[in-house]
Amino acid sequence: MSLRGRFAHAALLALIVILLAFPFGWMAITAFKRTSDLYNTENNPFLFNEPPTLDHVIYLFQETRYLRWVGNTLFVGVCVVTITLALGLPAAYALARLTGNWGRRLGIAIFLSYLVPPTLLFIPLSRVVSWLDLQDSLWSLVVVYPTFTLPFSIWLLTGFFKAIPKELEDAALVDGLTRFQAFVRVMIPMSISGIVSVVIFTFTLVTQEFIYALTFISSESQQMLSVGVPTFLVRGDVYFWGSLMAACLITSVPTALLYNQFLDRFIHGFTAGAVK
Amino acid sequence: MALNRSSTRDVSSALLGAGMFAPALVYMLLLVALPFALAFVYAFGDVKVGSTEYHFVGFENFASILESPSFRKALRNSFIFTIASQVLTLIGSVTLALLLDRQFRGRKWVRFLVLLPWVAPMSIGAIGWKWMLDSIYSVISWALIALHVFKPFDAPMWLGEPELAMLSVILVHSWRLLPFSTVIILAGLTAIPKDIPEAAAIDGASFWRVLFQITLPMLRPILNVAQLFGIIFTFTDMTVVYLLTQGGPFDSTQVLPSLAFSTGILGGDLAAGAAIALFIVPLLLIVAFAMLRAAHRAELT
Amino acid sequence: MAIVATRNLRKVFPHADQAAVNGIDLETNEGEFLVFLGPSGSGKSTLLRMIAGLETPTSGEVLIGGQVVNDLSPRERRIAMVFQSYALYPHLSVYENIVFPLKAQGVPKAQHRDKVNWAAGLLGLELLFSRKPRELSGGERQRVALARAIVREPAVFLLDEPLSNLDAKLRLSAREELEHFHQRIGTTTIYVTHDQVEAMAMGDRIVVLHQGTVRQIGTPMEVYDTPADAFVASFLGSPPMNLFEDGAFMVGFRPEHLQPTPASDPSGLHLQLRVSHLEYLGSEWILYAQLEGGRFADRQVVARLPSNTSGYRTGESYAFSVSGEHFHFFDKASQKRLPVRPAWP
Repeated sequence: MSLRGRFAHAALLALIVILLAFPFGWMAITAFKRTSDLYNTENNPFLFNEPPTLDHVIYLFQETRYLRWVGNTLFVGVCVVTITLALGLPAAYALARLTGNWGRRLGIAIFLSYLVPPTLLFIPLSRVVSWLDLQDSLWSLVVVYPTFTLPFSIWLLTGFFKAIPKELEDAALVDGLTRFQAFVRVMIPMSISGIVSVVIFTFTLVTQEFIYALTFISSESQQMLSVGVPTFLVRGDVYFWGSLMAACLITSVPTALLYNQFLDRFIHGFTAGAVK
Repeated sequence: MALNRSSTRDVSSALLGAGMFAPALVYMLLLVALPFALAFVYAFGDVKVGSTEYHFVGFENFASILESPSFRKALRNSFIFTIASQVLTLIGSVTLALLLDRQFRGRKWVRFLVLLPWVAPMSIGAIGWKWMLDSIYSVISWALIALHVFKPFDAPMWLGEPELAMLSVILVHSWRLLPFSTVIILAGLTAIPKDIPEAAAIDGASFWRVLFQITLPMLRPILNVAQLFGIIFTFTDMTVVYLLTQGGPFDSTQVLPSLAFSTGILGGDLAAGAAIALFIVPLLLIVAFAMLRAAHRAELT
Repeated sequence: MAIVATRNLRKVFPHADQAAVNGIDLETNEGEFLVFLGPSGSGKSTLLRMIAGLETPTSGEVLIGGQVVNDLSPRERRIAMVFQSYALYPHLSVYENIVFPLKAQGVPKAQHRDKVNWAAGLLGLELLFSRKPRELSGGERQRVALARAIVREPAVFLLDEPLSNLDAKLRLSAREELEHFHQRIGTTTIYVTHDQVEAMAMGDRIVVLHQGTVRQIGTPMEVYDTPADAFVASFLGSPPMNLFEDGAFMVGFRPEHLQPTPASDPSGLHLQLRVSHLEYLGSEWILYAQLEGGRFADRQVVARLPSNTSGYRTGESYAFSVSGEHFHFFDKASQKRLPVRPAWP
C-alpha cells in the first residue's frame, strides 16, 4: 500500500478506535480523581489537577453492595450455565444426529423464540414469578435466563456436533456402546471447544442482562451487577460518579480480558455454526 | 426379518432423539410460549397488578393506546431509533472491518480496544456515556468549549433537549452494536477467496470499484445476517433509553419497549403494558420476513 | 504484443531462509507461448505474480515492452491473467464478468457490447451470457476466464496452472482449446505448470525452474534431447531418465533408448536386464528391471518398449543395449551437462 494510503488507513482506524474505547479510558480517569477535582468546572478534566485517589474504589467496596452484586451475578451465571448445558447438550445432539426433518423444524422453532423479546415477555413473566413466590429472588432469574441462552447455545452446539464425523460414533457403536453412551463418552469430549464457547457466551449474556433483573428484583442486596451499578449508586438524585465509574471500570476490564482470550475460539464456533 | 430389526432400531433411535430434545422443548414451551400466550390474554383483558380479577375487554386496550399521544410518539421513535442506528452501524462496521482486514502491527491490541463496547455490560457502557454527556460536567462539552465551538456554559444539553437526546441515544446504541457487527463482517471478508480481488486488480478496477462492485455484493448474505440481528436487538431494547433519558424529555426518546415497561411495571397497568409490547411482535415479524426473503433472493441470484 | 523480460529478479519472503526466486534473467519472444515449468516450490508462480504486479520483487527488474514496470500497479501494466481457480466473479453473469474489465478501464460504453461479443465469439460463449459461474462446467469457466482476459486486448497473457483443477479427460480438450486460442490470437503468453507433458505439448519454449533459479530455457526438443543439467534431464520425460553415478560423471539414458537388440555401435553399452516388474499400458510396455553384471550391476533401470514387442516375463533375464549417441553425461559435482563426451566407459 502506498505511504499515503497507509497514513489514511492508520488515521481512520485511530479515529474509530478512540471513539469506541474512549469512554473506558474516561471511566478510568474519573474513578481515580478526587471529588473536588471532578466537580470543579474550572479544571481541565483531562488532567489530574489534584493527586489521584483510591477513595472512590474504597467507598465502592466498603460502603456499597458492589461485592454482593458480583457474587449474585456469579451465582446466577454458574446456575444458568449448568441448566443451559444440561438442557442444550442433549437437544443439540438430537438435532444433529437423531431427528430428521422434524428436528430441523423444531430447531428453527426454538430459534424463532428470539423474535419474542424480553420486553414483551417480562410482563406476563412478572406475574409467573410472583405466582411461584420468587419475586425479589435470584432464583427467578435462574429460572428465566435460559430462555435466551438456550436457543443460541443449541444452535452453536449443533454446528459443532455436525462437524464431528459420523464414523467416530459408528465405531463406538460397533465397539459396544449404546447411543447415549456414545453421546457422553465420544461426542461431548470431542466438542469441548464448542462447550467452552457456550459457557463463555452464556456467562456474557447473564452479565449483560438488564430487563429481567430490573423487573423481578427490587431489593439492593439481591440485585445483579448490570442493574445494581447504574441504579443503586445514587443517593436520591445525586450520582456518585467517582464510585460509579470505578464500578464500571472494575466490571468491564476483567470481562474484556477474559473475552479477548476466548474470542478467536468463539468466532470459530460462531462461523462454524453459521456455515453449516 | 432384517427389515423388522432395523425399524425397531430406527424407532428406538427416534425415541431417544425425542427424549433428548424434550427437556429443552418443554422448558421453552413453559417459559416462552406460555407467557407469550399469557401476554395476549392480558392485552385483551383488564389485569392490574395487585388484583386477581380478570374481565375480557376485547380490543379496548388496543384502541385506547392507539389514541394515546405517548404511544404514537413511542411508535415513531422506535422506527427512527432502529433505522438510524442500523444505518450508522452498517457504515461504521463495514468501514472498520475493511480497516481490520489486513495485517499490521498492534492488530491484537486494536481488536481488544474495538471490542470493549460490546464486551462490557450494556448498562455499564450506557452509564459511562451518561457521565460523559452530563449537562454540567460533560467532558465532550468541555472539549468543544475549549475548541471554541461553543461559548462557556453554552454547551448543549445532550440529554435534555428533545432532538439531541434522540441523537445521543442513537449514537450510544450504535456505539454498543458496532463491534458485534464488525466481527461478523470480518468473518465474511475472510471467506472471500483471495484471487477474486486480485483478478479485479488485474482487470483494472480501482479500490472503490472493487469495494462497491465486488466486495460488498459478495458480502451481502453476511450483511443481511448482521442487519437482522441488529434490527431485532435494537427494536426490542430499552436499556439505553431507560438509563440515559428515561424516555424523556417529554417522551422524545420514548420507544415501545420502554413505554411498555413504564406503563406495565412501573405504572402497574399490566394490560396496557402487554398491549403496547404486543405491537412489537408483528412489526418484528414483518422485518424478519422481509430480510430473510432478501437474503434468500440474494443467494439465488 | 510485447516482450516480457526480467533482469536478475529476486524475491525473498519475510521469515524465509531461502529466496523463492533467486536472480532470474529471461526474455520472451514476441507472440510466443512460453512455459514456466517446475515442481512445487520452484518459484514459478512467484515469478509470474511478480510479472503481473501482484508481488513486489526484493530486487531486480521486470520489463514489459522495454519499459521497467516495477512501480506500476497491475492495472497499469496492460496484462491479463487467468488464475488457477479462474476467479470468476460469482455474483455476476458471464456477460457481466467479461464486460467488467472494460468498465474498470473506462472504455466508452458504446463499445462494450461489440467487444464482449467479439471475445465471447472467439470462445463460443454467446449462448451463455446470462448464466452465473456456478451454473457452468469447468471447461466453460475456463473459457469465460479467457474471454475476460482477451476482451481487454492485453499485451501479455499470464496463465497460472489453469488446467490443474480439471479432471484428466477434460484437461486434454481444454489444452487443445488453449492451443487453438493462442494460434488465433497470437498474443505473447506465459503459462505456468508443474506438468511436463503439458509443457512439452504447448510450449514454444520452456523455462525449467528449480529452487528459484532457471536451469534451462529452450524449445521442447532442446530441453528433452539436450538437458542442461541432471535436474532437467530427470524432470522431463516420463518415466524419468535412468541416471547413474560413475566416478566423476553421471551417465544417463532415457527408457525409450534401451533397445532389445544388441547394438552394432561400438560406443554403445550392452546391458543384461532381469525383469522385476512389468506394466502394460496399451500403447507400450514399461519394464522395471535390475541390471546384472557389468559396471552398473544391481542398479534399477526402467525401459519403454512398443506394445508389439512381447514375450517378456517377470524374473527372466534379457539382453539390451543403448546406443552411444543416446548417452547424456553430467559432471557429478556441478550436475551440469558435459559439452563434450568424455572418455567413457
